[in-house]
Amino acid sequence: MTAVIELAGLRKAYNQGTPVETEVLHGIDLRLEEGEFAALIGPSGSGKSTLLNLIGLLERPTGGRLSVGGRDTARISEAELTALRGRSIGFVFQFHHLLPAFTALENVMMPTIIARGVADEEAEADALALLDAVGLKAHAYKKPAQLSGGQQQRVAIARALALRPRLILADEPTGNLDTHTADEIFALLRAFNRDSRCACLIVTHDPRLAARCDRIVRLVDGRIAEDRAVPSL
Amino acid sequence: MKFRLPFAPLVALRFLREGRMQTFLILAGTTGGVAVIVFLTQLISQLQNQIVDRVLGSQAHVVLRPLEEANRRAIDDQGFASIIEPRAQRLRSIDQWENIARLAGGMPGVTAVSPVVTGPAFAVRGQANKSVALMGVDAERYRRIVRMEEYMVAGRFAVEGTHTVIGTELAKDLGLRLDDKLRVAFPNGRDELLQVGGIFDIGNKDLNRRWVFVTLPLAQSLLDLPGGVSNLDVTVADIFEAQTVADRLRGATGLTVDSWMQTNAQLLAALRNQSVSNNLIRSFVVIIVALGIASVLVVSVVQKQKEIGILRAMGASRGMILQVFLIQGAVVGAVGSIFGSMLAFTLLNVFSAIYRNADGQPLFAAELEFRFILVAALVATLVGLLSALIPARRAAKMDPVQAIRS
Ligand SMILES: Nc1ncnc2c1ncn2[C@@H]1O[C@H](COP(=O)(O)OP(=O)(O)O)[C@@H](O)[C@H]1O
Ligand SMILES: [Mg+2]
Repeated sequence: MTAVIELAGLRKAYNQGTPVETEVLHGIDLRLEEGEFAALIGPSGSGKSTLLNLIGLLERPTGGRLSVGGRDTARISEAELTALRGRSIGFVFQFHHLLPAFTALENVMMPTIIARGVADEEAEADALALLDAVGLKAHAYKKPAQLSGGQQQRVAIARALALRPRLILADEPTGNLDTHTADEIFALLRAFNRDSRCACLIVTHDPRLAARCDRIVRLVDGRIAEDRAVPSL
Repeated sequence: MKFRLPFAPLVALRFLREGRMQTFLILAGTTGGVAVIVFLTQLISQLQNQIVDRVLGSQAHVVLRPLEEANRRAIDDQGFASIIEPRAQRLRSIDQWENIARLAGGMPGVTAVSPVVTGPAFAVRGQANKSVALMGVDAERYRRIVRMEEYMVAGRFAVEGTHTVIGTELAKDLGLRLDDKLRVAFPNGRDELLQVGGIFDIGNKDLNRRWVFVTLPLAQSLLDLPGGVSNLDVTVADIFEAQTVADRLRGATGLTVDSWMQTNAQLLAALRNQSVSNNLIRSFVVIIVALGIASVLVVSVVQKQKEIGILRAMGASRGMILQVFLIQGAVVGAVGSIFGSMLAFTLLNVFSAIYRNADGQPLFAAELEFRFILVAALVATLVGLLSALIPARRAAKMDPVQAIRS
């Protein structure tokens, strides 16, 4: 088994060196294997989003070690970090963060446009296929504002998959959806995880959904309080 | 195959299109600024050209004279130069003027040289008697100094035998028409009967009353200057190089050499001051437009915080975000310059239709030089780009996490 991410003693403090310095994560050890589907749970303010942002290379840790795809991220430059993020990580956020000025199709193509500079026929066909897979082919040319919350989140999932990343990070992807829609979104992520063997780390408050993951990591006050496998049914 | 824009221009244009009202305002500001600059510059340069044209319409660019002769030129209260020639006691010729004319003609920057014999005379008809200036010229050569053929209201500008070309004022004063006879008398006691072969209106009453053109040989004999000329008139290729050419000619010939720039120094100073104030206005407008573009983009950066965060999370580098905002500035500048030039063209047309000279001609032509529009577009694009620099850097520096969390 190869580790997609590996964290050792990872720490994150905000406002370091100031009187209001606060450490949010106090040494996290975590290893996520290829194809693993893990839930990250814990009370609000426990540091789940912070952990996701660190793993997603959006922020740098203040201590400990973080490897992504086998590469230690401590010594690589900001520019390389950005490139690595684009290539190997797909994000799904709670508030579906789509670009309102672009159509659903263009949103799904955007990671490719960023990575290659410009889109081509192939990228467009692939983006259409992804939209088809999330059941939104008919809405490809609509702007996000014309879509429902669940539809927007499905576009965001298609977008996260555009470059076939080895890791999907989802921060409360179903947080503001009704249970029925939440189940659908969750099922989609599960299906892609099965098909592409990409690792998924999903922050959720919903114990029902967490129970349907392979593994549950529980964070309390910036420490891992529990890390257990879910017995398969 | 479909045309696809690369990342930065694609996002830049989409952001501009999305921010309708802002984009409209920023474009309107830039359009207005470019229009003011283009309109003002074209207007002033055309008015200045016209004034210079008018001054030079009846004047040689450079005049060579014998050293001692003390001719003066002055500016009348309308700002136009006129020749005030003191009654010469004794006319002198330029020594070896053929050689000097040849030398002047071969000088770089000189396009024409014309010998002129000029002296005072009286035009007499019946009881009427007018003081005039006899101008002995080779019509063919003189046309390249003053475009007389453009000023003819009757007959042609051609002198031969005892034919003469006179101005409209003299014709009116003496009641002369084409082919009428006119007697000229000289202080030295000579006189001659001339036949009017042409009447001109040079746009200057004084000259219309004074100038009486005859052939060079006739003037030479009437003014007792056999084989001589009183001055050599010179046309130069670039009128604003006239002084340089004049200095060079003075050095080469040792004669008295005056350029139109010297004789119209006051007018030139006035034109220069006008240009300085025009530059000042243009600079202010550029600064105001730049500040407008910058401030709208600063607001846009704050509004697009979330989008910038998303793009960064998807792997867009700081440099790419920087480009997105720089391009927005450049596009606003470029598009504003197109609309601005169109607006300026309209304004020029409207104003040239409203403001007319005394003779009903438009005060200036409603023309826009393509080259000038091109320069304006380039400058506007550059200004847009520079104005976007600060907002673009702010956008590039923005923390993606902060944007995503909020
Ligand atoms: N930029 C920041 N500066 C200071 N404190 C922060 C910052 N970002 C998050 N925090 C703090 O870190 C803690 C964990 O936040 P977060 O990771 O968002 O928790 P969760 O996602 O589990 O609700 C919270 O107490 C929050 O106030
Ligand atoms: Mg959170």
